[in-house]
This record gives sequence, C-alpha cells and structure tokens, in this order.
Amino acid sequence: MATARLKNLQKDTLRVVIVGAGPAGTRCAETLVAAGIRPILLDENRRDGGQIYRRQPEGFSRDYATLYGSEAEKARALHQSFDRLREQIDYRPDTLVWSLTPGQLCCVSQGKHTTVDYDALILCTGATDRLMPIEGWQLAGTYSLGGAQIALKAQAVSIGRRVVFLGSGPLLYLVASQYLKAGAKVAAVLDTSPLRKRIAALPKLLARPGLLFTGMKLLAQLYLARIPVHLGVEPQQVLGEAASGVSAVRVRTAGGATLQVDCDALALGYHLRPETQLADLAGCRMRFHEASQQWVLDTDEEGRTSVSGVYAAGDGTRIRGADAAEHAGRLVALALLQDLQQPVHGEALALQRRVLTVMDKFSRGLYQAFPWPAAQAKALADEAIVCRCEMITAGELRSVVREKGACEVNRAKAFSRVGMGRCQGRYCSQAGAEVIAAAAGVDVERVGRQRGQAPVKPLSMLTEELKQAEEVAP
Amino acid sequence: MSAAQTDVLIIGGGLMGAASAFFLRQRGRSVILLERDQIGQYASGVNFGNVRRQGRFLGQLELANRSFALWKRLPELIDDDLEFIASGHMRVCYREDEIAELEAYAAAPEARELDLCIFSGRELHERFPFLGPEVKGGSYAPHDGHANPRLAAPAFARAARRAGAIVEERCEVTSVQKVGGQFRVTTSDGREYRAEQLLITAGAWGEKLSAQFDEPVPLITKGPQMSVTEPVPYALKTVIGVYTKQPEEVLYFRQIPRGNIIIGGCNHTKPDMLNRRAHFEPQSILKQLQQMRRLAPQMANLNIIRTWSGIEGYVSDSLPVMGPSGKVDGLYYAFGFSGHGFQLGPGVGDVMAELISTGSTSTYIAPFKISRFANATELRSKAS
Repeated sequence: MATARLKNLQKDTLRVVIVGAGPAGTRCAETLVAAGIRPILLDENRRDGGQIYRRQPEGFSRDYATLYGSEAEKARALHQSFDRLREQIDYRPDTLVWSLTPGQLCCVSQGKHTTVDYDALILCTGATDRLMPIEGWQLAGTYSLGGAQIALKAQAVSIGRRVVFLGSGPLLYLVASQYLKAGAKVAAVLDTSPLRKRIAALPKLLARPGLLFTGMKLLAQLYLARIPVHLGVEPQQVLGEAASGVSAVRVRTAGGATLQVDCDALALGYHLRPETQLADLAGCRMRFHEASQQWVLDTDEEGRTSVSGVYAAGDGTRIRGADAAEHAGRLVALALLQDLQQPVHGEALALQRRVLTVMDKFSRGLYQAFPWPAAQAKALADEAIVCRCEMITAGELRSVVREKGACEVNRAKAFSRVGMGRCQGRYCSQAGAEVIAAAAGVDVERVGRQRGQAPVKPLSMLTEELKQAEEVAP
Repeated sequence: MSAAQTDVLIIGGGLMGAASAFFLRQRGRSVILLERDQIGQYASGVNFGNVRRQGRFLGQLELANRSFALWKRLPELIDDDLEFIASGHMRVCYREDEIAELEAYAAAPEARELDLCIFSGRELHERFPFLGPEVKGGSYAPHDGHANPRLAAPAFARAARRAGAIVEERCEVTSVQKVGGQFRVTTSDGREYRAEQLLITAGAWGEKLSAQFDEPVPLITKGPQMSVTEPVPYALKTVIGVYTKQPEEVLYFRQIPRGNIIIGGCNHTKPDMLNRRAHFEPQSILKQLQQMRRLAPQMANLNIIRTWSGIEGYVSDSLPVMGPSGKVDGLYYAFGFSGHGFQLGPGVGDVMAELISTGSTSTYIAPFKISRFANATELRSKAS
C-alpha cells in the first residue's frame, strides 16, 4: 500500500485529519495524541460516540445501563476517553465531509462551507444498515435497525407501540433487547437465519467466548420476557395502508406455516455495510469480500488504503464490529506513526494485530451464523419496491437487465434510477445488485458496485462559503 | 480469424454514432458500430439534456430544425421513450443591453421556425415569477425542451441493433488504415473489420483518429459540471439558461416531471484522459449555488443529492466537425460537438446516413467541414 507521500513531513506541522468520532476515530485520536500529534477530528454528529455508542443530547439524563444495555461499560469507557482527549485535539462536531480532492476535505457545518487541508487522512466513517427489501417496506413505520436504535438513544422514543424486529445479525437482538429494556413493546423477533447455521458457526464464534455469552444472554432475556423469537423465517410482506402505515408483518416460519404478527412499526436489517463513499471519492481501491458478500475498502492489515496518505479503520473499512473498531483505530494510528518514521513499539503493533486476528475469526463466524439473504432478492415479487427513494420496483429493475442489457450496477442505475435518490444507493444498491445478478444469471461480484458521487449526504443549496471575518468571530 | 465485412463501419458509440447506425439501417446499408466502453457513456450520457435550438450558431439551425422534426417523432421512430418534453426554453439575461442581442437573434431569418418571443420587465416576472429580480429579460422558445441523456444513445443503439446493425461494446480500436479501396480496422482483442466507408463519431477522441488521416483538429477536452436536487412537486416546466459573456454566470436548469431539478454550468474541469474519468470539482457546486440564488432565489431551500461530470470534446471555434473527409474517399466525421450536440443527435445521424448513402445531403452543413482547419491561421468562436 502507498505511503511515500508522508516521509518528509515534520510531526509538528503535519496536518492529520480523522473523519468520524466513533470507536475507531476516538481510539485513533487517543493514540496520535499520546505520540505528540494534535489531530483534527471531524464528526457529522453533534456529540462523539459514533452510532453504537451514540451519546444522548445534552440535558438528557438516562444512565448507561438504560441506554446501552449490555454495551454500557464499553460506552462509558469510550466516552470517558474522549472527554480526556477533547482539549488535546481539534474537535469539530456537526461537520459533514461531503466531498474531497487530493489533500483537501470539503466540509459543511451549519450551512457554512469550509475546506480542511490534510497531509494524512484517516477515515473512520463507520457503517449503516444493510437492507434487503420486502414487499410493502415503503409503508410508513418501516425503519432500519440502526434507525430504530438512533430514535431510542438520541430522542428517547420508540419507533412504534408494537414493534417487530426482522432480519438477521447481532444488531437484531441487541436493538430488540434495548427496546425491551427501555419499556417498549416488542411484538416479535423474526430472524431469517436458521439455527443450524449458528451451530455450524460455533467453532469460529468461540474465538470470543465472552461475546458469544453476551449474545446468548440477550437471547435469554428475550425468551424470559416471553417475546416470540422465530429462527429461519422467510420474509413475505409488510401489510398496511399508505395512509396509516404498517399494520402487520407476514413471514413463513421454518416449519412452513404462515405467521402474521400485528404491529405498527418494523425494524429491519441484515448486519451492516461499510460507509465507503469518501474513500471511493479519494480513489481508494475496493475489493469484494467473500465472507460477507459485499464490496469493502481494500486496506492492508494496518489500515493503509491504496492511496498514499489515506488510511481507514473500523466498520467503514469492513464490518468487524465496535470492539474491533477500537483496536483498528489504535493500529491505524500506529501505522501512520510508522510511516512518519516515528518510534513505534513493535510490541504495541503486534498486540493490536493479535487481537484483531481473533476478532476477524469471530466476525467470519457472525457472517456464517447470520448470512446475508441473497436468495430473497431473487424471490422478491416484481411489484416489491427496491429503491424507496425513487420508488422503483424489482420488476422495473429486472426489465432493464433483460430488455436493455444493463448487467452492471451503474448501467442499471442509469436506466432504472435505482440508487439515484436521496440515499444515493446507500440503502438499496446492495439489494439492487442482487436483483440484477439474479436476473442476469451471474454472481453478484460480477455486476460491480455503485460508484460514489459527491455529495456524501444531501447538501443544502443555502450552503455558503464561510467568510474570513466569521471564522474569527466568537 | 477472417475479417468482418460491412458497408459502413462506425467508430464511437455515443449519440452520433448510435443515431447514424440507426438511420443507415433505415437506408438499407449494413453497419457495424464499435464502442470502446459502453454506448453513450461519456458526453452523450452525462450532458444536461437540453433539446434547445435557440442560441445556436445561426448557420446550424437548419440542422437543428431537421433534428427537432425527428425528436417530435419519438418515441415511435425508435420504439423507445427518451423522456422528451417540448416544454419551452427560456434564455435569460442580467443586463439591459443583452436584451437587444436576444432580439436581434430572434429577428434573424434562420431563427424563424423557432417562434422566439422576447420578454422583459414586469411581463417577464409575471410570466416567470420564480426568476430573481436581477433577471432583466429573456427569449422564450416555445418548442424547445429537454430529454433524458442517460437513455438516448443506448436507445438509438438498441433500435439500430433491432434493425440489423451490429453494435460491439467494450471493443477498443487499435489501428485504422485504408488499404486499396477498403478501410481495415483492428481491435485490441484481435478482431478485424473491413468496410468501404468509415464514419468517425468518437467525440472527445475523434481528433486522435482524424489526425491519423492527416486531418488534425484543434480540439480540447472538458468536463461539464452537473448537479441535481432532491425531487419536489413539478412546477418549473420551462428550461432556463443564462445568456451572458461571463463564463461564471452561465447557469442552466430544468425540472423533470418526477420532480428533480437538474443544474449545470458555471465551470468546467479538465478530464483525466488516462483513466477516462472526469470529476466534479467541489468548487463548482459553490459557484452554481451562488448563481442559482441570483437566478431563482426560491430554489435555495432544496438539497443537492448528486453531482457528476463527463468527457466532452470542444473545437476551438465551438463548431463541430461534420461531413466528408477533405483527404480520404469514403471517410466521414461527426465529432467535437463542443457541449451542444445532444439536441443535434438524431439530425446528425440522419444527415450522415444520407451523406454516406447518397454522396450528398439536403441540409446545410458546410460550416462544419474538417477542411476548415487545413490551412486555418486564426480561429474564433462562432457560438454564443
């Protein structure tokens, strides 16, 4: 991986910018500060913590156990570390990096546009939910698991009075149990992964027995609270009316029976996908990750991307979870220090690498235990919406493959508009790729990935350049 | 491997090449079209989508009118919908003295079919209430409009294919020669094609091929800067473009029926010709937003959701290269449309097919002949 650019720079004039103040970004900043570097830390959120350890707004007073459940101690430790760091870094919250050019980030904060120059850039941009469409999921009341979690943590509200959790992966159980703990009514937890997959994954999951135990404890809590938990379901339809939203979710159970659960909200998700748009805009190479069946950022073991001076850590690179993100954040900081020819303890590097090797094995176990349900894309009814922003159906997407020969994701996007809406494909393009691949009769890797285009998130047309005078005003 | 033989070989699968292939088939000529990447991937697929005649070089309006007649025959002509809407086009200006220039254009005999109508003062702002107070006047073209550039070239290529043309994508030409009475073209995967007539429609790369036949063209490449808003209710049916001599003021926008507003102008970037990618420069959006607040202030409450660019070929006098070679029999060109080729696409295809099949065309294309560069010492822009 490329490192040449940094060799001749001095530590005291070096501009190191970290994007993202979650577990990876915080630990990265901490490690750099310990080595005498004062990084700029840009974060889109108003407070640190990222998604999983999202801090509640100022003035809210829920305790850690209520907010984070099984993750309370880790959240507290990360927040405390951040609070100690805060004065030693240039922390800029509420700042969206919406595009970049070589050596310069384009940022917007409260409608003002600024640029931030960098010599070294460390992308700790985290992840969002990985979604698979289900017929009827455009009805109001359908949220992603992450969205349901944000509602609870940031706004102290439940997404509904009776909530169904549907999908697969550890987040399914974590969010359901956080809702339970917060006093919300959980109508059912419906997991598409069958029990046998989990049993088969046990040898890998045993790489981290403590975490496996935590997961089982979450499941036990749900059973104890008499929440119906069904494994190996096949999602069929979200029922409801356009005016009143979701009224029920229908699935086929592992035994072949039809199960309909009444609810007024649905939280949906299948594990996570990395937020790679900034890396993509920077020209970093991506690779197809077999285990998770998705495109991820191609880095070396320590977090160097293919572009000189650009590094990455945490779930924004590939999905390994919050614990791994903390270690990857420390490791990428050490890698940068090494590239700057700063003294780095071989022992410190080796330690982080060892821990990450174990976590890698565990994360492979998770993919095996809670697989991405690619077959659902093939089975999706023609009427089902794939792209909710543009309201494009599976049938319309299939027709551009079959009738117009669009067997590549960006081509199919140009013809069908799947991935052209507000989310810019962040929530639909992976499922869209599966629909395209199934219609074209090829592996999903062959249909490619949607190219990133700025802005990373919608940019207000009121955005104005920050004037010099405003910058110095209090 | 034996060489594939055809009547006409076309190099370059943008809108010009695809439309030419289609119209050549209409005239019964056998056609093979070779495209290095994908049909309509560069200038043809990423441009603004203006189906505009007004404002063009007056000597080009005959060609634009012929093209307009074909746009009106869509979707039946090619059995595909390019989302063409004759929504009207408004060319506005910020200065009083520019109104006189718009009036002079509207009065030109060549522009008669356009039915242009000049608005200014109160009448202008009553008719187009979303225009900002700095807008002083405008020329309204009721028949001009817009279409979807992402769909156009691929749709013409599919229609050509259905009519019997062979369209090869991801097929890179490595050598072009004329041996005896035949053009011989070889590709990087070792295939060979032969034809008595060759049409170069390679856009920004056209000059590389014409230069091989000792006909260089002063052509540079530019990346247009495009952005699009989130969808809002369909209210702005007229395409708006600014008439000015200040490049940073050149802004244009159109709304599509599904609600998004497409914005272009104010800046160009230099494409990366090595990797064949053109980037949208972040500064372009700030320039566009600044001009948009001036042109249509109420739109400032929207969000930009995507930006893009592409690769366009600009000739030094801003006119295309179109017509027969000045040096080689059987060789024809249609490239370098300098950022205004989209509307012309169907017309160029029709004219080139006529020219190649019959040896002449009824449409006036003399200003675009490549021989204008054969001994040119000074070239200046003729487009406004």
